[in-house]
Amino acid sequence: MANDTLQPALPTPESPASSVSTPQAGWVPMVLIGIALTFLALILYIPAINVFYQAFHKGIGPFLHNLQEPNFQRAVWMTLTLAAIAVPVNTIFGLCTAWSLANKHFRGRTLLLSIIDLPFAISPVVAGLMIMLLYGRQGWFGNWLLDRDIRIVFGLPAMVLATAFVSMPFVAREVIPVLEEEGTDQEQAAYTLGATPWQTFWRVTVPNIRWGLLYGILLTNARAMGEFGAVAVVSGNIIGKTQSLPLFVEEAYRNYDTEAACSAAVLLALLAIVTLILKEILERRTGGHLRKRH
Amino acid sequence: MTATDHLPRTGTAPWQVFWHSLIHLPWTWRVMLGYLTLMLLLPTAALFTKSLSIGPAEFWRIATSPIALSAYDVTFTTSLIAALIDGVFGVLIAWVLVRYQFPFQKIIDASIDLPFALPTAVAGLTLATVYSENGWIGALLAPFGIKVAFTRLGVGVAMMFISLPFVVRTVQPVLMQMERETEEAAWSLGASSWLTFWRVLLPPLLPAILTGVALGFSRAVGEFGSTVIISSNTPFKDLIAPVLVFQRLEQYDYAGATVIGTVMLLISLLMLLVINFIQAWGRRYG
Repeated sequence: MANDTLQPALPTPESPASSVSTPQAGWVPMVLIGIALTFLALILYIPAINVFYQAFHKGIGPFLHNLQEPNFQRAVWMTLTLAAIAVPVNTIFGLCTAWSLANKHFRGRTLLLSIIDLPFAISPVVAGLMIMLLYGRQGWFGNWLLDRDIRIVFGLPAMVLATAFVSMPFVAREVIPVLEEEGTDQEQAAYTLGATPWQTFWRVTVPNIRWGLLYGILLTNARAMGEFGAVAVVSGNIIGKTQSLPLFVEEAYRNYDTEAACSAAVLLALLAIVTLILKEILERRTGGHLRKRH
Repeated sequence: MTATDHLPRTGTAPWQVFWHSLIHLPWTWRVMLGYLTLMLLLPTAALFTKSLSIGPAEFWRIATSPIALSAYDVTFTTSLIAALIDGVFGVLIAWVLVRYQFPFQKIIDASIDLPFALPTAVAGLTLATVYSENGWIGALLAPFGIKVAFTRLGVGVAMMFISLPFVVRTVQPVLMQMERETEEAAWSLGASSWLTFWRVLLPPLLPAILTGVALGFSRAVGEFGSTVIISSNTPFKDLIAPVLVFQRLEQYDYAGATVIGTVMLLISLLMLLVINFIQAWGRRYG
């Protein structure tokens, strides 16, 4: 990352062929940067600014009014509830998985890691469909649940399952590399000195993996609060009852209530921005050890 | 092999070995396997048994019905084009971010992850607004007769939006690690910028670019939130496969939803294999 990135580091060679086409003449970087930024503007920045414009272009009054709508507030609560259940559960799963698989070598480990990553490959709609086929009226457990009057689909339980499904792999895949980088020496030392597994975990492991863990939790939370497809399939989208914030956005937009849609969208966009900022802070704090990846 | 050292070895049936190792697993293993069974194994099994119960003839009839075929066509062709366009621009963006310095570079770098953090429903809403006929960009395109929102083109734009970070974030680290000496050697030997790019830079980047494009493609294929909002969801025009699954479910047509969902799941698994293959090939190359 030297300052002379616009120029090649070597002195200009004497051969006449290369003097004809000086590598990366002054205008080339400008043009390339221009094209890249134009593409980003069209795809990312203009749409991102538009969310805020739509929500605030009539002043802050209508925005605040929209925030007080009861259906909107219930959607916010629903989203918070979903995240409050799915994030801790997935964190425990992720920690157990990382603990079980990091620094271990056995046959089938790669396969197991791929299986854990599956929720990222499966379309959210298919994930929702699978939950319907398990717990829905025609599903495997449908009759059993019906006999006991337990309602899973078109209600909070199925929405939690769908949210947990799509945000499942994040913690494990962020913590495993950190654990492997740390190695097992410190934990072995703790055991040798007589620490119990539990003490070792809280005193040695957690401080070592804390940033990776936070990073994983952050990504889990962003996905859990923002999930649309899987939740839409299993929720039945009953307004004021099983509507999360992303579902509220879509519903309001379909009903040509663009302002309500955009007010809700602003909240979710702010969540995204806060997530990105915290992500950046965590990446810097670990000095690039948390690689940018998905 | 070391993991099985504590197992009884002589005169035990395979299932006994299996059972023995299962009940002697550490509790973290049991939590992991239990959760995976509940969340992944059971749902996937439910999907496959439902498909099997439909019967091969009926399965084939639904899977190859004209509306389904058209939905695959719209989904896969549009995703592929979107991923390829992202491939070109993603490499360019990664290049610009790694090799040049310009104002607001750090913020722009961080903003690449926006599609990953922004809920897809919000992405769909804002893209549909901006690219509609009276939106900021749509209004500029309307005089040329180009309609983006509520057409297949709009679906493509949404797919480009959500897949972009995959290409940039797979190419960027490889580009950062690349030795600049080889390029400089090529230049000093008289190769033009283009020749250097094609012969020196591109070959080692290719596995990363292909991985990024494949990841972006498989994400775009499954995408629902942003595409359902920007699309008019008209069959044979811009109806994509995930929306078709959703519509079938809304009509309580579980068989129809299951068949198309299974086809999509199989293609996702195939894409995973392809991505693993590309990555293995890239590791051998590097």
